[in-house]
Amino acid sequence: MAALTREQMLHMFRSMAQIRAFEYRAYELYREGVMRGTTHAYVGEEAIAVGVCSALNQDDTITSTHRGHGHCIAKGGDVNMMMAELLGKESGYSHGKGGSMHIADIDKGILGANGIVGGGMAIATGAALSAKYLNNGKVSVCFFGDGALNQGILAESMNLAAVWKLPVIFVCENNQFAMSARVQVMTSVEDLALRSIGFGIPGVNVDGMDVLAVFRATSEAVERARAGQGPTFIVATTYRFLGHHVGDPLNYRTKEETDVWREKDAIEKLRSYMLDNGVASEDEIAEIEKDVQGKVDVAANAAKAAVEPDPKILMDDIYK
Amino acid sequence: MAVASPPAAGTKVMTYAEALNLALREEMRRDPTVFVMGEDVAIWGGGGVFGVTKGLVEEFGPERIRDTPLTEAVIAGAAVGAAATGTRPVAEIMYVDFMTLTMEPIVNQAAKMRYMFGGKITLPLVMRAQEGAGRGNAAQHSQSLEAWFAHIPGLKVVVPSTPADAKGLLKTAIRDDNPVIFLEHKVLYFTKGEVPLDEEYTIPFGVADVKREGTDVTVVGIHTQVLEALQAAEELEKEGISVEVIDPRTVSPLDVDTIVTSVKKTGRLVVSHQAVEQGGVGGEIVARVVDAAFDYLDAPPQRVCGKNVPLPYAASLEREALPYKDDIIAAIRRII
Ligand SMILES: Cc1ncc(C[n+]2csc(CCOP(=O)(O)OP(=O)(O)O)c2C)c(N)n1
Repeated sequence: MAALTREQMLHMFRSMAQIRAFEYRAYELYREGVMRGTTHAYVGEEAIAVGVCSALNQDDTITSTHRGHGHCIAKGGDVNMMMAELLGKESGYSHGKGGSMHIADIDKGILGANGIVGGGMAIATGAALSAKYLNNGKVSVCFFGDGALNQGILAESMNLAAVWKLPVIFVCENNQFAMSARVQVMTSVEDLALRSIGFGIPGVNVDGMDVLAVFRATSEAVERARAGQGPTFIVATTYRFLGHHVGDPLNYRTKEETDVWREKDAIEKLRSYMLDNGVASEDEIAEIEKDVQGKVDVAANAAKAAVEPDPKILMDDIYK
Repeated sequence: MAVASPPAAGTKVMTYAEALNLALREEMRRDPTVFVMGEDVAIWGGGGVFGVTKGLVEEFGPERIRDTPLTEAVIAGAAVGAAATGTRPVAEIMYVDFMTLTMEPIVNQAAKMRYMFGGKITLPLVMRAQEGAGRGNAAQHSQSLEAWFAHIPGLKVVVPSTPADAKGLLKTAIRDDNPVIFLEHKVLYFTKGEVPLDEEYTIPFGVADVKREGTDVTVVGIHTQVLEALQAAEELEKEGISVEVIDPRTVSPLDVDTIVTSVKKTGRLVVSHQAVEQGGVGGEIVARVVDAAFDYLDAPPQRVCGKNVPLPYAASLEREALPYKDDIIAAIRRII
C-alpha cells in the first residue's frame, strides 16, 4: 500500500471536519423546530466513514445506516442537497420525500441511508454480486452498528459473500451502544471480530478513532476484494459523543464516560499528527475549518429559504 | 354497544400510553407468567421509547421486563416458543415497520400452530407495536400494516383509539390464549381520556364501539380516524347532518353486525384509515356491508384512506398522503 500523500491527508481532515460541522448544525436545526422526524448525529465517529471511503473509488458503492450523514459526506455527497433534504425541501436529494434517514446519491455510489437497522447488509452483498457478475472491479462496503451486528441477515450475508467470494467489506461501527443497549450486554463475545470466524472471513479490529488506521485496514480489504479473495469484516471501535438522537434521555451512561472518549477525538488526533509531522500548518488547518463551517452555513441558509415540495409531486416516482 | 364490564372503582384521566402501562402493570401483578421483552423497554428513558413500559422494571425486575438485542425475528420467534411452553409473553416491536422482519414466526408459525397440531396447544402471545404517520418519520417508520395481519387466519388484530379502549383491550389480549397483534398508534400515545381503574375492566374482541350516534351516515374509523370522524361529525352537525361514528376496535375478529345495523339505519357508509387504500381493511369492511345490506345502501360506500404511496417526509407531502377530517367531510358530502 502506497504511503498517503499530503493532499490525501488534508482531504481526510477536511472531510471529518465537514461531517462534524454538518452534524452540529443539523442538531441545532432540529432543536429550532425546522426539522421533523428524527436525526441521528455521527459526531465522534467521523474517522470511520472517512477512513473507509478514502480507500474507495467514486464508483465503488456503500450502504449506510440511520446514522448516515457522515457516510454520505465522506463518499462525496453534496451538503447543500443533504441539508435541503433534512428540511424537507424541493431542492433536497429526494425533493423532501426521504429526509434524514433516506439520503442517497446513486451517481456517487451511495445506495442509501436506511431506517431499518441491518437493512443495508444484504443490499451491499448484492451490489458486490453484480460487481462480480459484471466484472467491473467495483467493491461495496456495508456500514452498520454494533446493534445491527445481531441482526440475522448479517449471518446470511456473510455466508453468501464468503462462499461466492464477493467483493464486499462489512464495516461494524462499534460505538458501544444501540440506543440504550450496551454492546457488552447485548453481544455474546467481547471481541466482535470473532463473529467472522464461522464464515471463514478475515476479522480485523481497528481503532475507530484513528482515521489512518481505518484507512489502512480498509485498503487491505479493498485489495483482497479486488483480487477476487472475497469479503473482509472490519470492526472499528469508536464512541457516539452525542445521544442516539436529539430526544435521547441519556439516562444509561455518564458524562465521565463520554469525556474519556472525547479525549480520543479522531479529528484532534489527525490535527496533531499533521502538525507534528509538518504535513500542514496551523493556518492551513484553520482555513479548512473555516471553509467547512462556511459551507454548512451556506447550506443551512439556502435550505431554510428553499421552497417546500409541491403537493402535486406526491404520487411521482413510485414506478418508473 | 356497551363494554363488557362497566367501571366499578371510578376512572382517572390519563394518556393512551399511561393506560397501556396500567394494563401491563395490572396483568403482570395478577399473573406471574406474564413477562415483557423488546428493544429498549427497560432502560431507555426509564421504560421504552414512548414510555409505555415506564417504571415496570423497577416493580418487576429485569427477568420480567427484558431488554433484548436488536433482533426482531428472534424476539418474535422466541415469544412463540415461550408462549407454547407455559408463559405469556408480551413482545414489543418498536415500530410496526420492523414487524416485516418477524413475519415468518408470526405468519407461518404463531398463526398456524394450534390448527396444525390438532388443537393440542395454546399460544397466549401478544405482539405489541406502534404504527401510523403524522410526525414526519418518513417511509420506513410510518406505515400502518394492520391489513397484513388481518389477512392471516389464526391471528387477532387489535387497533385501539382511546385510552380506555387501550387498557381494556390490552388486558383482554394478555388473557387471550391465542396470538394477538396489538397495534398502537404513535400519534395517539399523547391523547388523554378517562380510563376505568377497575382491574377487571376488559373489553371483548370482536365488539365494535359506537363512539357517537347518528342517523344520516355511518363512518367507520380506525385509530386516528376515529378522532377525525368525531370532529367531522361535530362540524356537520351544525348543518343538520347526523353522523354515526363506529370504532371496530379489533379488525380481526371484525364486528360486522354492529356496522351493518348502523348502515341499515343510515343508508350510507364511509370507512377511514391511515393505511393505504389498496388492499386495506376498508375494502373488507365495504365488501361485508355490501354483502349484508346491499338493499339498504342509498349511495356507494366511500373509502377515505391513505394514498397508495410510501409515506413522504416533508410536512406538506405527508399531509397530502393522509386522510383527515376534511376528507371525511368531503366523502360524506359526495353521498348525501
Ligand atoms: C429493524 C429495526 N429495529 C429497530 C430500529 C430502531 N432503532 C433505530 S437505531 C437503533 C439502534 C441501532 O444501534 P446500532 O446498530 O449500534 O447503530 P448506532 O445507532 O449505534 O449507530 C434502533 C434500535 C430500527 N430502526 N430498525
